[in-house]
Amino acid sequence: MRSLIVRYPVADGVFRVLTTLTTAAVLGIVLWLLLGLVLKGAGDLSLAYLLTPPEASGLGGGISSVLVNTLLILSVCLLVVIPLGLACALFLTEMVSPASVAGQATGYCLDVLSGVPSIVFALFGYQLFAITLGLGFSIVAGGLTLACMALPLMVRTSQQAVLRVPADLVEAGHALSLSRAGMLRRVILPSARHGIAAGIVLSIGRTLAETAVLLFTAGYVLRLPGSLLDSGRALSVHIYDLAMHVPGGQPRAASAALVLVALIILTNLAVHRLLKTHRD
Amino acid sequence: MAPLIAELGLLFETQTDMRVDVQSGGSGRGINDTRNGLAQVGMSSRSLTADEVAWGLVAHAIAWDGIALIVHQDNPLAELEREDIRAIYRGEIRNWQQLGGAQQAITVINKAEGRSTLTLFLEYFDLESSEVRADLVAGENQQVILSVAGNPGAIGYVSIGAAEVAEAGGEAIRLLPLVGVPASVAAVRTGEYPLRRELNLVTLGTPSPLAAKFLEMIQMASVRPVIEAHHFVPVPQ
Amino acid sequence: MSLYPSDRWLSAALFGAAVLVGALLLGIVVTTLIGAWPVLAEIDVALFSVDWQPSTGHFGMLAMLVATLAVSLLALLLAAPLAVALAAWLNLYAPGVIQGPLRALYELLAGIPSVVYGLWGLIVLVPLVNQIAPPGASLITAALVVALMILPYGLLLADSDFRQVPTAQKQAAIATGLSPWGTFRCVYWPLCRGGIGRGMVLQFGRALGETMAVLMVAGNVVQLPTSLVAPVRTLTANIALEMGYASGDHRAALYLSGLLLLAIALGVMRLATGRGTP
Repeated sequence: MRSLIVRYPVADGVFRVLTTLTTAAVLGIVLWLLLGLVLKGAGDLSLAYLLTPPEASGLGGGISSVLVNTLLILSVCLLVVIPLGLACALFLTEMVSPASVAGQATGYCLDVLSGVPSIVFALFGYQLFAITLGLGFSIVAGGLTLACMALPLMVRTSQQAVLRVPADLVEAGHALSLSRAGMLRRVILPSARHGIAAGIVLSIGRTLAETAVLLFTAGYVLRLPGSLLDSGRALSVHIYDLAMHVPGGQPRAASAALVLVALIILTNLAVHRLLKTHRD
Repeated sequence: MAPLIAELGLLFETQTDMRVDVQSGGSGRGINDTRNGLAQVGMSSRSLTADEVAWGLVAHAIAWDGIALIVHQDNPLAELEREDIRAIYRGEIRNWQQLGGAQQAITVINKAEGRSTLTLFLEYFDLESSEVRADLVAGENQQVILSVAGNPGAIGYVSIGAAEVAEAGGEAIRLLPLVGVPASVAAVRTGEYPLRRELNLVTLGTPSPLAAKFLEMIQMASVRPVIEAHHFVPVPQ
Repeated sequence: MSLYPSDRWLSAALFGAAVLVGALLLGIVVTTLIGAWPVLAEIDVALFSVDWQPSTGHFGMLAMLVATLAVSLLALLLAAPLAVALAAWLNLYAPGVIQGPLRALYELLAGIPSVVYGLWGLIVLVPLVNQIAPPGASLITAALVVALMILPYGLLLADSDFRQVPTAQKQAAIATGLSPWGTFRCVYWPLCRGGIGRGMVLQFGRALGETMAVLMVAGNVVQLPTSLVAPVRTLTANIALEMGYASGDHRAALYLSGLLLLAIALGVMRLATGRGTP
């Protein structure tokens, strides 16, 4: 073992300076980025902005229809990914042992899925949902593809949440001869609900940021959809369109970006709250 | 073209009960999607090729636009000769100084594959795609404009409509005249500007009754101001 | 088997979910394969040339492959040390009060969409790099933006690893009078470097798949990068740029590049999970 009192005066100083400087530098760049966004886009922000539909391809008006589209796509995504993700997580925790073939295979598939690049999901979603299943550019196609992307995340977080259910609660359930279904309903899910909720919110956050996939599946249409089979643009796509396709659209893109950032802040806060209560 | 059609679509919706969905994706896609039935009407910012007409596609011209060469605001050169432009894009002239400008490397901006702007540009300047030596490839007009505005040595080409809007909005670009004709919507209107293109709505065969109504609405005089607001020239009836 | 009949349904449902996951993965691979088939069936060496001219039927992907790897590798080299440095500062020097908010800030950064980073890169970074060497949109610009994007994730992973170091060890470090540098060098780093290494490899995988931001700042010229400031086009940006305009063999070639990306990403993941204890 080394000697008990260890000091490296030079290394100490260098380490301290380096890490502090890098933190300051990175934070500086980040602040610069965020400030730029605020300066360019804050002017447009108001309640009216959120509640009015866009005009002139987004150069005027607000983003109400875009927000509705985003909400609808999110809903389709969650409607699919929550039951599927939860079911798969429960399969892994309750039905099979991690060492079994089924457990390993499923775990492997999930790991691989989480590594698939988003552009490949875009191609997949476009080919399968939009073309083969005939959904065309639609909210449903977008939501389904996003569900595929969010699935590994949902499964993993649900798994963790379920595994944290105290063993004595589970044993109490067994002692009461609860069926498996009963066990889930009355013991495991209620106990794990915060962790599961955190997983849901994390999936929401991940989904909100996705752009490439939606370009290929949900499309660009700006106004309120008549049905889920209609195309509708999400907030991230709106930002991209304003920045790249509409002359003079950058300040508007910045405003929309600020709204998106605000939404992400909210989801992060929600996850924190949920996980905190979970740990108690 | 998409922002224009999107607005016209909205106009149509307020007048009738019908919905118009506008997807962006470029002329190639507009034509392809129309051809295989994914879309009832396709947008194309160029005329149809002989092959495309043979497939049964019909073009309905709704406006004219021009393609302008743009440089940075601070670039002292007032105009470029055709041969110079060809040489620049072939990579033979690398510095503005060679043309009497500032000591500045030329940054050549080209459009990506499939864009009609690229096709028309190459056609007008008699260049092959493989001949072009670009420093930057942009997907959209806006990207070209942003890149030129941020680079004193850059040169690129975009739709005149988009460039005029950007210039008016304060972007640091300047439109170059072609063979002495200033690159402006006015010059496109009079037909003087040589590099102009048709903005078309394309249908497979005769348009469906709904599409026909939409096309009819666009030809109306009351719709002209909308087209002009986007810095395009409505096709005279 | 359970005594309760309802459990049979439940078990079936849960099993079905797992099967669906497998089917999804299979579906992705199959769909991409089918999409790429026209070109895949006639695969030849030309696909690995640097000549990408779809209009004449040349689909050489080598230049873009090299660009993809170069951007991601560079981004990783930039981001990894920074991530560790920032995580170290957060755990060893940051006053308690700001640790929470700072972590929250990092988490926020991890969630910001790539379009936003790309927009910033386009408006700010490209003109900046252009001052040094035109055209500005280039390999290094893309690497910088991607590095900025993977930094928060790498940071949070390292931070999470640091926090999981047993309190007993941390207390022992204090008890033996170790300075923060000493603690880092003797406690944190040895214990965490495996996990951090794996985490960074995962981030490399993420960098490979980055599309939007790279599309906006890399220059998109198909060529082998001859210098850091040369414009390049990655496979991802290529798909996004040309998918909407491609048909027939061109489209198949794009699917093939997607397949290639998938293979590389999966290979990288294998690398990340294969080393050390699973």
